[in-house]
Amino acid sequence: MNAVAKYRRELSVALAYALFLLLLAVAAPRFYKPEQLRSFIVSNSSVLVAAIGMTLVILCRQIDLSVGSQFSICGVVAGLLAKTGLPLPVVGLGTLLVGGGLGAINGALIAFLGLPSIVVTLATLVILRESLRYAREGSFVRDIPQGFQWFGAGQGSGQWLVVAVALVVFLIFLWSLRNLSAGRSVYATGSDPEAARLVGIRPRRVVFLVFVAMGALAGLGALLNAVRFADVDPNSGVGLEMQVIAAVVVGGTAISGGRGTLFGTLVGVALLGSIGPALVFLGTQPQWEKAIQGTIILLAVASDALGREGK
Amino acid sequence: MSTLLKLNGIHKAFAGVQALRGVSFELEAGEVHALVGENGAGKSTLIKVITGAHAPDQGTIEVQGNPIIDNDPVRARNLGIAAIYQQPALFPELTVAENIALGLEPGGAWRRIRWGERRARAERLLARIGANIHPETEVRRLTMPEQQLVEIARALGADARILIMDEPSASLGDQEVDNLFRVIRELKAQGVGIIYISHRLEELPRIADRVTALRDGTLVGTQAMSEVNRGDLIRMMVGRELSAVFPKTVVERGDVVLEVRGLGCRASGVHEVDFNVRAGEILGLAGLVGAGRTEVSRVLFGLTPADAGEILLRGERVTIDTTARAVELGIAYVPEDRRHHGVILEMSVATNTTLATLGAISRAGLLDFRRERAVAADFVQRLGVKTATIDTPVGNLSGGNQQKVALARWLAAEPAVLILDEPTQGVDVGAKAEIHRLMGDLAARGLAIIMISSELPEILGMSDRIVVMHAGTVAGALDREGATQEAILELALGHRAMSGVPA
Repeated sequence: MNAVAKYRRELSVALAYALFLLLLAVAAPRFYKPEQLRSFIVSNSSVLVAAIGMTLVILCRQIDLSVGSQFSICGVVAGLLAKTGLPLPVVGLGTLLVGGGLGAINGALIAFLGLPSIVVTLATLVILRESLRYAREGSFVRDIPQGFQWFGAGQGSGQWLVVAVALVVFLIFLWSLRNLSAGRSVYATGSDPEAARLVGIRPRRVVFLVFVAMGALAGLGALLNAVRFADVDPNSGVGLEMQVIAAVVVGGTAISGGRGTLFGTLVGVALLGSIGPALVFLGTQPQWEKAIQGTIILLAVASDALGREGK
Repeated sequence: MSTLLKLNGIHKAFAGVQALRGVSFELEAGEVHALVGENGAGKSTLIKVITGAHAPDQGTIEVQGNPIIDNDPVRARNLGIAAIYQQPALFPELTVAENIALGLEPGGAWRRIRWGERRARAERLLARIGANIHPETEVRRLTMPEQQLVEIARALGADARILIMDEPSASLGDQEVDNLFRVIRELKAQGVGIIYISHRLEELPRIADRVTALRDGTLVGTQAMSEVNRGDLIRMMVGRELSAVFPKTVVERGDVVLEVRGLGCRASGVHEVDFNVRAGEILGLAGLVGAGRTEVSRVLFGLTPADAGEILLRGERVTIDTTARAVELGIAYVPEDRRHHGVILEMSVATNTTLATLGAISRAGLLDFRRERAVAADFVQRLGVKTATIDTPVGNLSGGNQQKVALARWLAAEPAVLILDEPTQGVDVGAKAEIHRLMGDLAARGLAIIMISSELPEILGMSDRIVVMHAGTVAGALDREGATQEAILELALGHRAMSGVPA
């Protein structure tokens, strides 16, 4: 099998996206203004990081609906830690630990108690969101020291630092999923957990660790999002699950597990993230963004189903 | 006798591959007509033409003398054609009566269900085949053979005159096969015509009246069953003489590799199991379905850890509480149904081959793709796996070749003990012989093999020693020389207490 056949699904999404970009070049050239492009790339970096975690989760035949709540909590935690005056690396590490811890709760319930992930994460989505609402009463984290926003590097280089972190994390996971035996355990677990168990892989442990990774990546994404602003919004992650799960599915990862790549997820994030700004520059009502995203998801899964029929 | 079904010169091609070339076939009322052939010979395609799932490119179909044009599944069913496959296709959460009712009762979403009638019909149909099954039982609580009987009852309820049975005995023990045959004979007496497909050639003389062999999509011939023997059948199917059906090589037996003493696991119903297996030995594990053979292997592989007794590996006591631990200790397990968890169908041949040995083909967790491809290519060649490339998904391979990939995976792990659960179930004659030859080679290289099989000739042909299980424990052990079908059956049925050689 050659590379084209192997990445057919990813390539076809990339092709669709390229056509979309071409259309924008004609219909809304303002989309390509450097400033706008930069803001598009920076703001989607945090989504990409969370979507990496979601790709792992879905490859394992699981789902995490609580990613938005994890994201909100981690953003607030990052702001509060920064406010205590701790050095930035400690703030970052603390945020990742909190995210990983939240993921571990999901992971333990799903992997070790055998509860269905859709129910567990639906419950934690609400529990985490409401707990945060109770704790913060909806207030922003303000008066964060100067050194936090843009990692203290100023917007000019700070924004590229955000993109660079997201890109490095992406490349690490892209490479690991393909080249590490741990990556193959993820695919095997998602394809057929019982078969994986029969070859000595521990599917429960794989699922648990994947949820921990999901939490930590949600934490990292939240951090990359929080540093873009002077204050931290406690609702920064509301609705994120839709965007992230959609990006993964549009990117060709099978919801039934075991099939998909991070390259597809990257294209998915870019495609879905382009809709909002594109609508603005096309002069359309931006309220249509979610509906169009929904339509794209349906188109993607429908074309998968039709493609399989044709085989 | 009247002719129920007549196929004339059926041709069928798929995307340029000729699956059937001018096949003709006849089924009389009250006849059991066996259909044999290697995997890929065209049996399934022929069946699908009869049930209307495929339309033939050429040729005619007649049912009771009436030509059938534009056959389709609904029309075929109305004509009294029913098929029963190896894996029962019932709804596990519904009761027996509800399952039988599906497709028999007239449709309409608002029609009121007459529960009494539904139940009475189920009782009547089950009684007709002498099945002692309560109609209100949920199907998931039934054993495989019982589910098969429910399917037969459903087919009868649909007034089936032509009943197709695809490998009905593949996962049945001897006693269940006897019961199935009794049911088939009763159906015969009622004038039903039965097309019977089986890889177990030795059972055909007991049940079939005529036999038709297919090879590579062509008709080899139809003969009266009484006029052919096993050798003739194999010749018809493969077009060549198999040198020996069971190429058993005599191997010097080494030290005891694995020994179990008083092994038990309450959860899976096995208790007080004692046996050992030596290097270079093939130990046959015989017994009826449900006697605890698979359960013992699952205990040894850490799937359901033991809660009593001890396991000794090369004389040392070991605890096997996870499959990962079993793999570490050098125990390999090829499960009964390769389609269920033996291989991962969407993964490539290469990936499947190395899945149990990821540690060996990687350094510090980093996979060495060159090594992986070399290992896979080596096994494909050594085991004669027929595949386009090593990157082909295993799901595209035939059953026998999938089984070889499942084997390759464990051979790559270089285990000390290899447990094979029904290694040749549903595999065609040619591939079967190759797997047997391979087992012999492995034993010759010092591997200790435990083979579970429901086929007595396979047990007798391949084993150096035979341990027979009954009701969750060891009923007795037999040496190769002293073992006969009768001796094994007596132990398996629990007629004889501990006897023969020590296990």
